[in-house]
Amino acid sequence: MWSRQRGRLKPLCCGVEELRCRRREREAALRKARREQQLVSKRLLRDEALEEAEEGCVAMIFGEAEIQQFLRLAQRGTEEKEREGALVSLRRGLQRPETQQTFIRLEGSIRTLVGLLTSNQALLQLEAARCLHELSHSEQSAVVEACLPATSYLLTYLSGHSSDFIELCLYTLGNLIVESEAVRRQLLPQGIVPALAACIQSPHLTVLEALGYALSQLLQAKEAPEKIIPSASTDSSVLGSTLPQHMLQLLQPGPKLNLGVAVEFAWCLHYIICSQVNNALLITQGALSTLGLLLLDLAGAVQRTEDAGLELLACPVFRCLSNLLTEAAAEAVGGQLQLRDERVVAALFILLQFLLQKQPSLLPEGLWLLNNLTANSPSFCTSLLSLDLIEPLLHLLSVSNVVLTVLCNVAEKGPAYCQRLWPGPLLSSLLDTLAFSDTEVVGQSLELLQLLFLYQPGAAQAFLQQSGLQALQRHEEVAQLQDRVHALQQTALHG
Amino acid sequence: MQLPPALHARLAGAPGSAEPLPVERDPAARTAPFRFAPRPVRFPREHDFFEEGDVQRHLYLQDVLTQVGGAPERPRVPEFTCQVAGCCQVFDALEDYEHHYHTLHRNVCSFCKRAFPSGHLLDTHILEWHDSLFQILAERQDMYQCLVEGCTEKFRTSRDRKEHLVMRHLYPVDFRFDKPRKSRGPVMPGAAEQVLAEAPGDDGVPSEVDAMEVCSEHVEPPPAPAGERRAYSHRVPHEDLKGPRREISTSNGGSSAALWRCCRAFPPRRRGPRTLARAALHVAGL
Repeated sequence: MWSRQRGRLKPLCCGVEELRCRRREREAALRKARREQQLVSKRLLRDEALEEAEEGCVAMIFGEAEIQQFLRLAQRGTEEKEREGALVSLRRGLQRPETQQTFIRLEGSIRTLVGLLTSNQALLQLEAARCLHELSHSEQSAVVEACLPATSYLLTYLSGHSSDFIELCLYTLGNLIVESEAVRRQLLPQGIVPALAACIQSPHLTVLEALGYALSQLLQAKEAPEKIIPSASTDSSVLGSTLPQHMLQLLQPGPKLNLGVAVEFAWCLHYIICSQVNNALLITQGALSTLGLLLLDLAGAVQRTEDAGLELLACPVFRCLSNLLTEAAAEAVGGQLQLRDERVVAALFILLQFLLQKQPSLLPEGLWLLNNLTANSPSFCTSLLSLDLIEPLLHLLSVSNVVLTVLCNVAEKGPAYCQRLWPGPLLSSLLDTLAFSDTEVVGQSLELLQLLFLYQPGAAQAFLQQSGLQALQRHEEVAQLQDRVHALQQTALHG
Repeated sequence: MQLPPALHARLAGAPGSAEPLPVERDPAARTAPFRFAPRPVRFPREHDFFEEGDVQRHLYLQDVLTQVGGAPERPRVPEFTCQVAGCCQVFDALEDYEHHYHTLHRNVCSFCKRAFPSGHLLDTHILEWHDSLFQILAERQDMYQCLVEGCTEKFRTSRDRKEHLVMRHLYPVDFRFDKPRKSRGPVMPGAAEQVLAEAPGDDGVPSEVDAMEVCSEHVEPPPAPAGERRAYSHRVPHEDLKGPRREISTSNGGSSAALWRCCRAFPPRRRGPRTLARAALHVAGL
């Protein structure tokens, strides 16, 4: 990600307000797409980029004759610069959907392009690959699918050595992958998974980031849980390949950790894990350990730097850890790993604080992890108490009622725990939440109260003294809450 | 949200944790109407809970992808020439040179000068085109290996393999890196042209644009010193010392390709292209 900023940014000629406005629009479009389960990044891309391509660099619309001329020149020109120039012009033209359509309809055009892609003229190859990349970006299926004859070559080139070229091939493949199941039905038997598994050993960060992108798109496919991830699949099986081990290696904290690369592979891991195909395998490969260490490292990083983008890594790490913790296998290995280490809890809170400022919408995901860490772990519940984190936790009550669930996780473990929850700000926070109209929130508050009354002498009294009964009365008629309200009233009054 | 000051120090400290407090549950805790039980929660792929994070992820991807498409600004350097013997390509950017080197000079067959996109394809090519032992073994067992990484199938003939590539792996029928040898005898320059004529997108196009053939006008005969050539010739009666494309006759049989295989690459590349380019710059007096 950071390598992108080295002069590749197009000059932006609109103001900050306009940028914000566009971002809001893009966000709304993405949200809609996600709800329709059509979340495909590439699709929503082109118009945006086109608007930004003003000031003289507007791509022209080329007709058949012009395209033919460019192709002829590229193939048979005498001067190398001339041939390259022809392809550059063609590539610019291919930014326009109209030109793309004309291009794919022209007989022999793709064939010629593939011929140039596989020629021995290195710079022509590169430009031809860029043309193909433009086509792969298209929103029109016909245009994207016209690229299919090139896929076997794109895959072959992944075992080459030219990092820029490989990077381009990978982004192109990523775009193709995301297009349709039909495209993937060709790519899988062509060996895309083994090709990626070989390519992941590249030392080049740009290649790795591109590979992560392509792989994440592959893993995000609807049919991935049945056809791409499981080890029993014949052609291609991500879990059956060496990809998971390499991914975990690339996520190891340390001087070699690159944020852009880590973001991609953390998302890949998330798609695999949430598909719930064989998470036990990942656990035996050390996923919990690696992710735990990565969490610690992330927390360290947010303290040190204002670096943009750490939340992009925090999100998938939260998801992976949270889901893995629900596996039975996690219980078994929990003992050996960081997952008894109270630094994990410390790290999580540091990240929660960071998210509160940077990206509050991601807080629920962090709290989800906190729930999964504390649910069945006396150790982590103790850490919450010994590290003095109850008060900061209460601060997040307005964000999510998972905070109440976590407090219940702690309280339900008995008097030793409740003792440490009392006295303190807990009571007044509970009285606040009892004033909410949200039944879920109130219900959880009632559960917590019950535990406190049970395990902490004096809690009921204090509750009464603070007008707790009045707070309860409000909910006496609510169907889901009635029984519990009455039970609590009884306990408070009669012990 | 105020975090306790000791927290940051704790993060930086040693792994471990305090002894967990004793757990002591009262059965009354989970009696109706109360039902709380702690449990780790799992969310599947499409769950709405993930909406927010997914949207952020895709916003980020869009930003990345907008920047990928264009040709990057390359820092220009004073022109320099490719240092490989016989190649006279000129460059003014290191990345261009890197791609050129890897495409044309990295995986090159020293027998017939064809360049290949990967070591794997080069190895396969040498085995099938230039190894007489292979030919002998191929008469008795399946020797033609599938070209797809990860597929272990082997075939009796090159044609069978091609059929497998097309049917099983959906490869194009005219896949450029799977040219069958035209004849079992010496590969004449004429035969090489015939192979070229099959390449797609052709229609009379000069050979430069076709399947990874390094043109004869760009390349001189291999730089092997005369002494080495004489060493080969005693085993190989028909070797022509003048023409780089002449296949060495396999009529003597029994010769191992191992010795030849180790010379397959152009002068051993222990240094990468960037080192070579810097050397070139140095030579240019910079």
